Amino acid sequence: MNPRLRSGQAVAEFDYLAVEDVSRHFGRRRALSRITFRADRGAILGLLGPNGAGKSTMLALLATLLRPTSGTIRYGDHVAGAHGAGLRASIGVLGHDLFLYPELTARENLEFFAGLYGLPDRRAAADAALEAAGLSDRGNDPVSSFSRGMRQRVALERALIHQPRLLLLDEPFTGLDDGSAAALGRRLQTLRASGAIIVLATHDLDLAEDLLDRAVFLRDGRMVHAADRPDALRAMYRDIMTRPNVASGLSRTNG
Amino acid sequence: MFAQIVWLVLRKDFTIEVRSLEIAYTTLFFAISCVLVFAFALVQEGRAPEGGAAGILWIAIAFAGTLALGRTFERERQAETLRALLLAPAARPAVYVGKLLGIIVLLLAAEVILVPLVALLFQAPLFAHPVWLALILLTGTVGFAAVGTLFAAMLVRARSRDVLLPVLLYPITVPVIIAGVRATGALLAPEVDAGVLQVWVALLVCFDVVFLTLALWTFEPLMTD
Repeated sequence: MNPRLRSGQAVAEFDYLAVEDVSRHFGRRRALSRITFRADRGAILGLLGPNGAGKSTMLALLATLLRPTSGTIRYGDHVAGAHGAGLRASIGVLGHDLFLYPELTARENLEFFAGLYGLPDRRAAADAALEAAGLSDRGNDPVSSFSRGMRQRVALERALIHQPRLLLLDEPFTGLDDGSAAALGRRLQTLRASGAIIVLATHDLDLAEDLLDRAVFLRDGRMVHAADRPDALRAMYRDIMTRPNVASGLSRTNG
Repeated sequence: MFAQIVWLVLRKDFTIEVRSLEIAYTTLFFAISCVLVFAFALVQEGRAPEGGAAGILWIAIAFAGTLALGRTFERERQAETLRALLLAPAARPAVYVGKLLGIIVLLLAAEVILVPLVALLFQAPLFAHPVWLALILLTGTVGFAAVGTLFAAMLVRARSRDVLLPVLLYPITVPVIIAGVRATGALLAPEVDAGVLQVWVALLVCFDVVFLTLALWTFEPLMTD
């Protein structure tokens, strides 16, 4: 397969993401301990767990912002250390913070990030992103004047502006009203259908239930349960998280 | 691609600053206040102590620079946009150079106002040798900003970053500030010795080369974890 090129930079192509026995320590504190899972193209994987479970650390590792203390993260045939820039060109991240400059307009933000990702026509990329966000008529307004939902839409399109193979989302439903959350859900389903690998860390189990193809439950930095096509997610979550000594072993459910 | 990223980051910072003028106002206000206080304290009957003008000029530049460095990276921290910059496939040293150029432009703009003010209040003939003055200011500013940009980026996620930045920055940049003061002082001597000036400027250029090389070399690994 010929690699995609963007401004002379090879963009990494991969069909799956495999986390193999990954641990991450911050000094003496174990943020993550021996995590193993796999996510495939055209699927949404949910990272579920309470605050402090290690979801955001896992996303930072997947985004190549952090290095595992031990274990390996494989992006198809690639590993993070050896293919830094090429891999980053294939990854889109929507963080809990939106990664947008409030003083700049939506268009300026999108054109700036299109440039950072080496897209040849920044204006066209920004136009397409604004249209996808439903904000074509507000493109020249500063982001600081937008509502939370509008900012979230711009931020999602910023994360998608380079058409990443892997999309990482950290609590994307936070602060959204029902309509905006449903629209975000529909957008994620479209992305799944287009073959993206989506990893979603969330507390919002009701919204996640209809979206997830696979759920990985984290608690105290350990993976305590994995379920394929989970249903009754809230009951499952409550059951897993209230089990005594839940961190001592991994259970699995196939839906 | 490297130059394009540098330009994008610089233009973005410049656009934000032109819209808010936040760093320009705070930096200038602080630097001018600093010069005024020292002028009232030190200038007696229209006469300033020998070497006072050079020292005050560089103190004002260093303090204003520290303020500008902190605020520039505070902006990147507020919406975690520094993470977004690091997530992009762009060469990370290019991001560093873009931020560095923004700081240098800002400090040079502050110096355009500070230098005449110091010259006026301290009766210092700073403009007698404008080319030498420009060389001293440029090389000194680059050295200070090269280290400052690296440390400010490193500390952006540290809880006590406002305290740590000057604590780390000043000991490392003391040679640059001393060289700047001595070079500016030599410029103000009744008989300007070009040989002495050349030595100080050469020293400043050496600091710039060393600091820039180290910063470009260490920026990516320091920002990765």
